[in-house]
Parts: sequence; structure tokens; C-alpha cells
Amino acid sequence: MKYVDEFRDGNAARVLAEQIGAEVRPDRQYRLMEFCGGHTHTIFRCGVPDLLPDNVQMMHGPGCPVCVLPVKRIDAAVELALKHRVILCSYGDMLRVPGSQRMSLQKAKGQGADVRMLYSPADALAIAHQNPDRQVVFFAIGFETTTPPTAVILQQADQQALRNFSVFCNHVLTPPAIRGILEPARESGRSILEGLIGPGHVSLIIGSNPYRQLVDDYHLPIVVSGFEPLDLLQSIHRLIGLVNQGCCTVENQYTRAVSEQGNLRAQELMSEYFELRESFEWRGLGEMPASALRIKKRYAHLDAESRFDLTDSAGLDNKACECPAVLRAALKPTDCKLFGRSCTPENPIGSCMVSSEGACAAYYTYRTGAAGSV
Amino acid sequence: MCLAVPVRVEELIGDDQAVVELGGVKKHISVALVEDVQVGDYVILHVGYALSKLSEEEARKTLELFRQI
Ligand code: SF4
Repeated sequence: MKYVDEFRDGNAARVLAEQIGAEVRPDRQYRLMEFCGGHTHTIFRCGVPDLLPDNVQMMHGPGCPVCVLPVKRIDAAVELALKHRVILCSYGDMLRVPGSQRMSLQKAKGQGADVRMLYSPADALAIAHQNPDRQVVFFAIGFETTTPPTAVILQQADQQALRNFSVFCNHVLTPPAIRGILEPARESGRSILEGLIGPGHVSLIIGSNPYRQLVDDYHLPIVVSGFEPLDLLQSIHRLIGLVNQGCCTVENQYTRAVSEQGNLRAQELMSEYFELRESFEWRGLGEMPASALRIKKRYAHLDAESRFDLTDSAGLDNKACECPAVLRAALKPTDCKLFGRSCTPENPIGSCMVSSEGACAAYYTYRTGAAGSV
Repeated sequence: MCLAVPVRVEELIGDDQAVVELGGVKKHISVALVEDVQVGDYVILHVGYALSKLSEEEARKTLELFRQI
């Protein structure tokens, strides 16, 4: 496949790995975080950690939208499906995330709720048209990558004056989440990272400019990276070079798709339909100000949170689940007592074991031999 | 979930829709979020929507860097 195969060449990967080895100073530590779950997945699938010197450590960030959604939002979706009897549509991974008492949308479906898995949010509109006498709710999650498609369907629903369609909005923002990781460390005067790999697909939309403020505030380099193994190795190589030079700048490795200003059309559409929430709770990172979006008041008729009376559940996490610490890169998945025992991708207890981009699921699939070695 | 892949636009069918080929299967996608998409362009596809065009020129430059090594 064009734009894929060329970026997977094994020989170039080996040479890049050698270059990384030559660039690394033996007396230093390099803790590099890949923010995005898509990167986490590639890093494990391609065995990147095995190619890196021991003092280069990849830390896995919170950039998996399934993983960071707190239990109470899952509970609300279950309530929409079970109590309000709507047709609840969402992406496949969302159906398996356990809420309070391990109740998931999939289990709700087993109890008779009408829950449907979507490939694209456009399908939710089609379902609304096919079921004019039912309420249809799209359970929208995701970072800036996934928000513009939701904006498109809001626009279409609005133009078509659809009366039986609304969105349960859980879109979250990347730059505040990066702050959420780095700010506590800065406040306590600890350093937890030497460099950050910026999410490529989020940056298609927001561009590379928003990272500038972050590198100034937190004094570390950020390299926005593509998703193929050579992209990641090249980005790691550049990051190590920047760390060695003490350069706190933003670099863009993914120039074939990411510009400085991002996708302006998508940004415009997002700002037409969404506004900042004052605060939003994230699993692992807690309440963070201005870190998520809601639907503007003007479009309240398309907002499931206005249309339905939802209970604010306490959102009980499983006490033994270490997802919060895993999401802050404070613990490795294998540090959790449940990892691989009672918690597996087939039977997840925490959200990080659900999506293939979750650190626990990626670790389980590629590091424990469950899928053979890479 | 955040998976996004490069695909080639095979046909524009109006109403901000395009036909692409993905793993040998023809699919309809929306190009509503990208300006000025032409047949033959490569776009990054995510949840049924093109999010950005791919630049042939920039891809070539990145690959050159790999070849120099
Ligand atoms: S292994 Fe399961 S229970 Fe433990 S942190 Fe990961 S997702 Fe949570």
C-alpha cells in the first residue's frame, strides 16, 4: 500500500536503530512519551523497545480516548440505552468498556437494550432516518481526530431538521491532557520526561502550532510523528538529538500530512458546533479545566445531555485496577496485580485493556507472547 | 479507535462523497472536511471521513532521508 509499505522497510529500521544507538549518551536517561495510543500500538506491534538502547525508555501516554473516559460517562451511556430506551450507537471499543459493577453497553445489549456498533458516525444518521419513531443517540468519544466527523453529522442533522437524533458528547482535547501529565511534575519540581512524541492524527486537525506553548512552558522537545515504524524511529532519533542539544522546540516529522496550522475547515466546523467545558473528568488525570468539548447551547436540541435527564453516577472504578497510574505513565501495565490474570482483552476489567491502543491491551498482546513475538 | 489510513481517491460522486479502495474493497467516504480533493489524491481516512490530503512531495523528502542513511 502506498504511503505505508515504504515506511516499513526493515533495513532502514535497522540503520535508524544504529543511528539512535550512536546518538544516545551512555550517561543520560531518555524518558520519551508517545502521547497517542496509536503510537503505543505501533511501538509494541513492531517491537520498537527491543531496538532501543537500555537508557531510552518509551513511556505510554493517555492518548487513547476509550481509556481516559471515566466510568460515570459509561454509566450515563448505559442509562441512555437501558432506562431511556434509545438506540445507542458508538464505536466498537466503547461497547466493551466496563462501567460501575462491570456493566458495559454490551451487557446492556444482552439485557435487551438497543445498542449498535458503528464504523462511521454517518451511520448513526442513517439509523435515525430508518427509525423515525425512536430516539437515536450517538455516543461520541475521541480526541481532535474524531471530533470533526461528529461536527459534520451535527451539521447534517441540523440541516435535515432531524427530531430523533442527538449526540452524547465526550470529545476531549490533546494540549490540556499533555499539561495534565506535565504540570504536576513541574509543580513538584520533578522531571518525569525528557521528550514527547506528538500525536500525528490529532495534528492533522490542530496542526503543529499548539505545541509551541507547551515546549515553552515545560522545557522539553516535541516531535510530531507519523504512524509507521520508520516514522517513529526517525522521531525518536530526532528527539534524542534535541535532548542532547538541550533544544526545546517543536519539530514535525509527519510533514506529508501535518501542517503548522492544521485543517482550517475542520477547525471552523468544530467551533460552530462545540464549545469548551469549564472542566471535565478524565480517568487517571482527574478533573481538568478546559479539557473537553460540549455542544453549543444553540444546538441544545442535538445534545443528549440536554434532551435526557441523566443521573450523575458516582462512577465506581474497580479498586485494584491501576488504569489511573498507567495513564499517567506512573506504572507499567504489568505492575497491576490483575494484569493477564483476571484482566485480559477478552474480559477487560479496566479501560486500558479494551482498545488495541490501550497500554494494557498492547502490552498483553505483544509483550506476553499471547500473539507470538514480533 | 484512532486508526487512520492513507487511501487513494478513485472517484468523486458528488454530495461531498468519494469512492476509495481499501484492501481491495471499494468504499464510500466523505470528503466534506478537506478542501479541493481530486481523483488520484491520497487522503488520510478516519471513521469514514477524509481528514487531510497527503503530500507526495513531502513523503518523497521524508523517504529521501531514509535512503541517505
Ligand atoms: S491490567 Fe486491567 S485492571 Fe490492571 S490497570 Fe490494566 S486495565 Fe486496569
